[in-house]
Amino acid sequence: MLRIECPWCGIRNEDEFSYGGDASVQRPTDDASQDDWYDYVYTRNNPAGRHSEYWHHANGCRAWIKVERDTVSHEIFSVTPASPNLPSGNRED
Amino acid sequence: MHYSGFHLLKQALTGNRGWTRAWRNPEPKKQYDVIIIGGGGHGLATAYYLARLHGITNVAVLEKGYIGGGNTGRNTTIVRSNYMLNPNSQFYEHSMKLWEGLSQDLNYNVMFSQRGVLNLIHSDAQRDGFARRGNTMRLNGVDAVMHNLEGVKKLMPHLDFSKNTRFPVQGGLAQPRGGTARHDAVAWGYARGADRLGVDIIQKCEVTGIKRDGDRIVGVETSRGFIGAGQVGVAVAGNSSRVFDMVGMKLPIESHVLQAFVTEGIKPLVDTVCTFGAGHFYISQSDKGGLVFGGDIDGWNTYAQRGNLPTFNHVVAGGVTMMPCLARLRVLRQWGGVMDMSMDGTPIIGKTSIDNLYMNGGWCYGGFKATPASGWVFAHTIAHDKPHALNAEFTLERFREGNMIDEKGVGASPKAH
Repeated sequence: MLRIECPWCGIRNEDEFSYGGDASVQRPTDDASQDDWYDYVYTRNNPAGRHSEYWHHANGCRAWIKVERDTVSHEIFSVTPASPNLPSGNRED
Repeated sequence: MHYSGFHLLKQALTGNRGWTRAWRNPEPKKQYDVIIIGGGGHGLATAYYLARLHGITNVAVLEKGYIGGGNTGRNTTIVRSNYMLNPNSQFYEHSMKLWEGLSQDLNYNVMFSQRGVLNLIHSDAQRDGFARRGNTMRLNGVDAVMHNLEGVKKLMPHLDFSKNTRFPVQGGLAQPRGGTARHDAVAWGYARGADRLGVDIIQKCEVTGIKRDGDRIVGVETSRGFIGAGQVGVAVAGNSSRVFDMVGMKLPIESHVLQAFVTEGIKPLVDTVCTFGAGHFYISQSDKGGLVFGGDIDGWNTYAQRGNLPTFNHVVAGGVTMMPCLARLRVLRQWGGVMDMSMDGTPIIGKTSIDNLYMNGGWCYGGFKATPASGWVFAHTIAHDKPHALNAEFTLERFREGNMIDEKGVGASPKAH
């Protein structure tokens, strides 16, 4: 069981969230080459170690968040809002 | 040593002191014609067929752990060929035919039991879909039988057939030739078979680098030193991305963990393989009496060979909905295996952009049943430097070309089965 600290809701169990996949993948521009689109849609770095990934707090505040996590130890290094345009979380410890 | 009834009797009468090791434990040589990275079922089967069918015996199988310690020993042992799409149907049926003669071929009892695989139907739309799949299977020469409710009741009398159940069973699609095999025995049988033909099986030998000279691979760096190779086949599903990262290749694969579970041993209850059609749950009973079952992957990238509680709860909820009597049983063992989840749910077996480097991976969680055919076509691909007709479409390029083999019909997703 992962315990993910939502920037807005605090530490919650993994089953409140749904997984959104590799957050390092960048959508290419519309006129990008076939290869760039192939990379975007299909290939992944899939590292054994530090991985940046999206999660959706689907059964909570429904915000998208970005989690830095180790894919071997499952240690979570940081949790931030998925978009830089969002406020950085209003939870007070 | 050839195993036989006579030999068994002789050993029994002489105190079982004459048994020898099933395979040698050799030191790695400096150079091999072919190196197979990964001593799982697929790698061992590849080495076996290279030696047996193609006369290539100067072969090493490099295994970072021990034989049977990876995914070969971390699955629910189900064998079936109930696929619908063309390359899958022919490939898995070829595998089924190899399974049917495997114990004799290997002179090793893999305990292949054709007890049937029954997929339950819970809605009209699902019945239409399964009828289409069953008909396609029959047109392709694969056995398939549609059952109505009465037929299902005969095969699986302990399912929830009550009126108020959440997902009433309407029928089922069965493949009578499907079944189970003993997974460890498959690894051991192929290891022994390959070893008897001269293949070196080198355990505790982790590949740490792949050495190139221009466009070609010249060998591999390992935890036991450099080993030269004329050709290198990679069969490390679960870790394909890590090995191909050594040559700078990025794959259409994510690694995820799949769990499997076994209950305490009970008297015979389930004598076929049965899958729930309204969720993802599959169950069979081992010869020791434990119910062996599994469901979905945990759903997020991991290389850890351990599962997590939310998925266990999800799988068991599906199982108890389908078969309420399961709720009374205790789960004795649970394990997790790391899966190569490819982006269309179909494996990748073939050549790569490097001439003498070959890939066998992307098995998602369907690799066990494919073991014989996977080794068979991969050996052919390496021996002839081109794929066999059976794996010609399982290329790495299919994603770039738009020729996905998307059995589930869900588009690019690393969560397709």
